[in-house]
Amino acid sequence: MPFPMLSTINLFPLLGGFLFLLLPSEKKGLLRGSALCLSLVPLCLSFALLLQFDRSTNVLQYVEKFPWIRAIGVDYFLAVDGLSLTMIFLTTFLTPLAILTSFSIEKNLKTYLFLFLLLETGMLGVFMALNFFHFFLFWEVGLIPMFFLIKVWGSENRHYAAFKFFVYTLSGSVAMLLAFQLLYLASGTFNFTELAELSQSGLLQTQLVFLTQRVGFTLSPDTVMTIVFFAVSLAFAIKVPIWPFHTWLPDAHTEAPTAGSMVLAGILLKMGVYGFLRIVLPIFPEVLQRFAPLLGLFALASILFGAFAAMAQTDLKRMIAYSSVNHMGYCMLGIFAIAAQGEVEAKASALNGVLLQMFNHGISAAALFFMVGVLYDRAHTRDLSKFGGLRKIMPLFAGFMGISTFSSLGLPGLNGFISEFLIFRGSFPLRTGLTLFATGGLLITAVYLLTMIQRLFHGPIGSSHPHLSDMTQRELAVTIPLVFFMFLVGIYPSPLLELTNRSVLHLLEIFS
Amino acid sequence: MIPLSHFLTVSAVLFAIGLYGVLARKNAVIVLMGIEIMMNAANLNLIAFSRFLPANRLTGQLFALFGITIAAAEVAVGLALVIAIFRMVKTIEVDRIEKLKG
Amino acid sequence: MEGLLNHCFWIPLFPLFAAALIAIFKNNRRKAASSLAILAIALSFIFSILLFLVYLRGHEEGHGTLRVLLHFPWFTSGGTPEVISFIVDPLTLMMLLVVTLVSLLVFIYSLGYMHEDPNSVRFFCFLSLFAASMLSLVISNHLLILFMCWELVGLCSYLLIGFWYEKPEAAEAAKKAFIVTRIGDIGFFIGLLLLYQKTGSLLLYGEGHPSLFSPEMLHLLKTHAVTVPFFGGILLTTLLGVLLFMGAMGKSAQFPLHVWLPDAMEGPTPVSALIHAATMVAAGVFLVARMFPLLDGTGAMTVISWTGGFTALFAATIAIAQFDIKRVLAYSTISQLGYMMMGLGLGGLVAGTFHLMTHAFFKALLFLGSGSVIHGCHGEQDMRKMGGLRKEMPVTFWTYLTGTLALAGIFPFSGFFSKDEILTEAFTKNRTLYGIGTLTAFLTAFYMFRQIFMVFLGKGRLHGHPHESPPTMLWPLRILAVLALVSGFVGTPFLFHNPFHHFIAADREGVAPSYLVMIVSTTVALSGILTAYLIYGRRAFIEDPLIPALKGFFRLLEKKYYMDELYQNTFVRAISSLASLFKTVDQVLIDGFLHLTGFASLTLSRFNQWIDNFFINGGFDKACAGIRGGGGKLGRLQTGRAQDYLLYASIGAMVSYLLFRLL
Repeated sequence: MPFPMLSTINLFPLLGGFLFLLLPSEKKGLLRGSALCLSLVPLCLSFALLLQFDRSTNVLQYVEKFPWIRAIGVDYFLAVDGLSLTMIFLTTFLTPLAILTSFSIEKNLKTYLFLFLLLETGMLGVFMALNFFHFFLFWEVGLIPMFFLIKVWGSENRHYAAFKFFVYTLSGSVAMLLAFQLLYLASGTFNFTELAELSQSGLLQTQLVFLTQRVGFTLSPDTVMTIVFFAVSLAFAIKVPIWPFHTWLPDAHTEAPTAGSMVLAGILLKMGVYGFLRIVLPIFPEVLQRFAPLLGLFALASILFGAFAAMAQTDLKRMIAYSSVNHMGYCMLGIFAIAAQGEVEAKASALNGVLLQMFNHGISAAALFFMVGVLYDRAHTRDLSKFGGLRKIMPLFAGFMGISTFSSLGLPGLNGFISEFLIFRGSFPLRTGLTLFATGGLLITAVYLLTMIQRLFHGPIGSSHPHLSDMTQRELAVTIPLVFFMFLVGIYPSPLLELTNRSVLHLLEIFS
Repeated sequence: MIPLSHFLTVSAVLFAIGLYGVLARKNAVIVLMGIEIMMNAANLNLIAFSRFLPANRLTGQLFALFGITIAAAEVAVGLALVIAIFRMVKTIEVDRIEKLKG
Repeated sequence: MEGLLNHCFWIPLFPLFAAALIAIFKNNRRKAASSLAILAIALSFIFSILLFLVYLRGHEEGHGTLRVLLHFPWFTSGGTPEVISFIVDPLTLMMLLVVTLVSLLVFIYSLGYMHEDPNSVRFFCFLSLFAASMLSLVISNHLLILFMCWELVGLCSYLLIGFWYEKPEAAEAAKKAFIVTRIGDIGFFIGLLLLYQKTGSLLLYGEGHPSLFSPEMLHLLKTHAVTVPFFGGILLTTLLGVLLFMGAMGKSAQFPLHVWLPDAMEGPTPVSALIHAATMVAAGVFLVARMFPLLDGTGAMTVISWTGGFTALFAATIAIAQFDIKRVLAYSTISQLGYMMMGLGLGGLVAGTFHLMTHAFFKALLFLGSGSVIHGCHGEQDMRKMGGLRKEMPVTFWTYLTGTLALAGIFPFSGFFSKDEILTEAFTKNRTLYGIGTLTAFLTAFYMFRQIFMVFLGKGRLHGHPHESPPTMLWPLRILAVLALVSGFVGTPFLFHNPFHHFIAADREGVAPSYLVMIVSTTVALSGILTAYLIYGRRAFIEDPLIPALKGFFRLLEKKYYMDELYQNTFVRAISSLASLFKTVDQVLIDGFLHLTGFASLTLSRFNQWIDNFFINGGFDKACAGIRGGGGKLGRLQTGRAQDYLLYASIGAMVSYLLFRLL
């Protein structure tokens, strides 16, 4: 048996976390250092994975598959392909940075850091698992630490935010769980690959109809598939989030501790988009094609309404949270566009764009939330109207925040542009009208982000904060890797696109 | 030869005395002594049965030896506990030690 | 030496590296930063000249219009690889020379101008980046790369206009510049998407690669009709042309997207010179010239020429009622850009690019000159408070006058030749536009000499003593003055048979020079100068003599036709109300619904709880209470004394013994 690379990456933070719990909780320096080291190991491993990954093929790699719970047909099934690899790398990359960010936490430090390690395992599991049971387990494992991170270490209104986050996500999860119960009863498997094959051969639909007839309903295959589709999509739509399921996001972000926001925006949101790519596209292609025109409108709403709502915010973190709604809207635009009739080239462009956008948004949103955290640590307010002239007293901070902001608004040369261009280039021939309206989002994004820059950095120095210190070494250590990736992907996106391109083309074979 | 019933009677009397000491006396040292007496009552029983029962293989005697050893160890532990308790509550009057109340 | 052409990408790389290096400099290494920036741009300039010479030699050997292309792989999505591609052709070379030369002079000038600024290290960093972006823009052969550099140019202008960020006006102006140009850029972006959809390539010229300007592709594009909602069927190229031109409208400040340029005066003056002459606004004109093969002969040309003509006149009228020395120049730039667009739109590729070049020199000269004036007047920019500066600032005056004469189009200054070429173009093709152009020429001469009279002649009205600027500022002025004087001769039909034309577009038939047009335009320009003299030159004044003459109209002009107020009250307000609307939708509608659901389920559960308590638990609770009471009583047995427990155990043992015995 080959070395179980994926399991190691996946479970290392958890197992390491148990050992971590044995450390004395008074020695905070030791706790911080060891948590950081523990999170660096998966990073090194996933970097090795990145290098060893065979870019010339679309087959699943590093497969680990064996029966787990025979009674209900659950397999332990881990594998990577181009869809998940970038996300795995992003997760292992952002977690150490989040932990480094958390060095300023004093309250219940040990529990806090343990929750982060647990969170990493949960997120990694979601991106690696190819069996629904396995997937769902980690999906929920990712939810719980985040709930506690918000609830215990959040700011004033944290209980409300944590509760809202939990209930929202859980209601989606319940729908998804029920839908997969149904699929299992019909097909006898939880494996995504097998479900996709069954669905494409039409067997799944017939089985579902049999099942409904046995319990006394007479439904057409399309209806059953539609119901299942919407149940599954709801869970992902909430996680992404797509308008109008997005209102948990600003609250959760505003209340979460800085590192929590980084991971929430950087990775947890991507789990929704990833779900669409991994589950919805292969298993429900026809239903998606039927409803894509409608769903595309929701993506457009996310882009435009998210941008407009961001413009009206006065709380810095809320504004950036809304910008996430806006940016994830582009991902959804790309996904819903490929369901339309059109050339494979365009679809490949859109889908590559989506994958790249997931990575890019992970980087830029994490950077922006981190920056806001840096500012909040010093000024203890996030109210935009109270700031001004910060560039004078915090030049380094202003520079890096400026780069992150421009990366977020899609300036060429930084990462956001390439992915947005690919998405637009792909979806324009497929859904012309929709894409035209979506370009309006580019303008509004520029308006509110530049307004933010102006209020924070320009003009006379705000009276409430004449003596803020610039970024510390530790804060620079968090920022510089993020900024490095902004430039790297912005100038030379090829390494990432090489990873995704094959898998994207493979995925698109369903739609041609 | 003294019949078995005598031995058993002495043993029962010893046990009753010991039980009384354990249940009714206040001084923890006396309680411990009560326990010792009860142990010796048991030992006496063992030896008596060993002597009078047909398959005489010294099993009872051996058990009694073990019992004596254990009793010694138990007294040592018990006295240590008594000292520890005395340090904590400044008394060895067992009815004033109510820490076991749930 | 031919191999040198394959290294054209070094030209933008020099200033780019300089910018990257300066970015990590500390704020006090002013000298190192400025020398590095100047060295880099000087290298680019020398390299450009070398390229030009090498190219010319190849040109003379009879290759026709030679294009040198370079392709580097970039990324692959789907099955099509994208390449980074560079081009060296006459248009590129012309732009390279102009941009590097003007940038070099502006950089040197900035040494003096920004001498006292504490952030001058940043300034040189941004300037270098600005030059690098513009230089990569002109050598890129791929529309996506061009668009990327285009946006970077926008970013740099944002950074530089807002360089004095403590001033709220500067910050506001920077934001406005970025957003207004981005409106145009979105049109450009959509144009790119459409172009890619129809052709599958954004490469301009390609040897072997599918490219836009290959004859087959051009034919395909120019015959393809599309249906646009509300417009009906139009030619694809027309639609594309208009979309691409939207980008140019934003960058080159054409009506109605011109509003950012006058506000951009908030930046330091060298930046204004760079923006107005060589980099930012030139990009729009360059784009139209670059896309000329696609646009030529389509309906988009009409849009371009009329927008240009209208802008030229519109901005010229505003310029006559401005009092800020830099604002007058700003509106004159808008007006001249309109001229270039008009020339290009009429099919005058050479005329438009020629004016772009000469304008770059004399407008840089004028801006640097105005900077020298402002520097000498201790930051004063209001022309009403100047006057009589000729004596204190002789070099500035004479160079400024050269620039003014060039802008007014007086023989033999460069503006005369380039402007006339555009007017000749208009005269032969569209008489209405010719009329507009001539009227603009009159207004241009008028407002420029109004400025000369107000600033340099007459009585001094300045509080404080003006002084001449340091040599680092004067030498660039002198060089630019020479260029403003002589650069026109490369494009004159009389000497050397118009080498500029042969260089840029050897294969295009130019319009024949017309003496009538020359005489008319010279007369018009002279009469403009005369009018300015009559109004401003003859006697001293305090109030502008035009105010009583034009009354309300003057006020309208001074307020720039209230365009800013119009936009403020329509678009800006609409966007902010939409923003508050969607904030409210989230807070009231969506969250309201959520909270209502939450409230409803809470109420339901309360009701349920009440039912439970009242009906079900009614009896159960009593039983529970009984058990709890009994438990309490039994609990008393737990005394905490070990002896008691032992007693219970003994009693228990006896009882069980008895039980076993008895049963």
